[in-house]
Amino acid sequence: MTCRIGVITFPGTLDDVDAARAVRYAGAEPVGLWHADDDLRGVDAVIVPGGFSYGDYLRAGAIAAHQPVLRAVRDAAGRGMPVLGICNGFQILCEAGLLPGALVRNSGLHFICRDQRLRVETSATAWTGRYTTGAEVVVPLKSIEGRYVADSATLATLEADSRVVFRYVGFSPNGALHDIAGIASADGRVVGLMPHPEHAIDPLTGPSSDGLDVFRSAVDAVLGSVRG
Amino acid sequence: MLPSSPAAGTILPGQRATCRGRAGSLAKVPRVVVDVVPKPEILDPQGQAIVRALPRLGVRGVRDVRQAKHFELDVDEDVDAETLHRIAGELLANPVIEDWTVRLL
Repeated sequence: MTCRIGVITFPGTLDDVDAARAVRYAGAEPVGLWHADDDLRGVDAVIVPGGFSYGDYLRAGAIAAHQPVLRAVRDAAGRGMPVLGICNGFQILCEAGLLPGALVRNSGLHFICRDQRLRVETSATAWTGRYTTGAEVVVPLKSIEGRYVADSATLATLEADSRVVFRYVGFSPNGALHDIAGIASADGRVVGLMPHPEHAIDPLTGPSSDGLDVFRSAVDAVLGSVRG
Repeated sequence: MLPSSPAAGTILPGQRATCRGRAGSLAKVPRVVVDVVPKPEILDPQGQAIVRALPRLGVRGVRDVRQAKHFELDVDEDVDAETLHRIAGELLANPVIEDWTVRLL
């Protein structure tokens, strides 16, 4: 069977085209989902891509989190569907309550755009199964509201349960607590990260192809759960 | 009192101030203010940038600034306090990083 992965477009989304391309590179079929859709067209997994949904009005991701398609995503995530939020998508998943914590203004106040080295801290999620725990990858980071924050109890839980999925290597460029670049839900099916693996799937157009295994991992997770 | 039978399209004095919401009922519509402030433990780099700019105005003695958001809501009489706090807590503020107050203006 072919794995079908939905890619949501909100007004102001920028990276839906690259996310769909990454899905194709991973051997799956991308399915466009619109913010006003209230069903997910039978997809096996969903990507909430980056950009500036609703112009970042109110707070980054706050308006998108209340749109019909996010209600459908929340229901699907409750049934274990793999969901990935990248950059603004990570902000949206936090605002929607699918992931704990929040993303706030970078501590240095500057927009950061750079190729960023990350460490994959766990392969036990639907989006990192292809990586070796401890592997380092280089993918673009481009954000101004990228500083991950959460209260100390939440941080302790994330660390104790190995739910920190990606961590900045060397130093946290945006002041993120515990150098956190990405986290997972308790069941490991929902992952959010600030850097952009979909921009690093081919050395022709990105700093590496290190990000491609994020999307291949989701295909494995979908097909594995079908077989299982 | 309005002049009787003004010609269509005549701009009446004060019309800009009273045409918001339901015509003629502005005074009855309560205005509610919601202030949303970053929690004390959340670093507010924008507030810090303001603090650092103040000496350039020759101002001293301001130790801290927290940059906040101020919302003004015109609401119907039957919108109760519980609903207003739901609006504040579920949309206007993110309780993970922000505190809020609701008051009648």
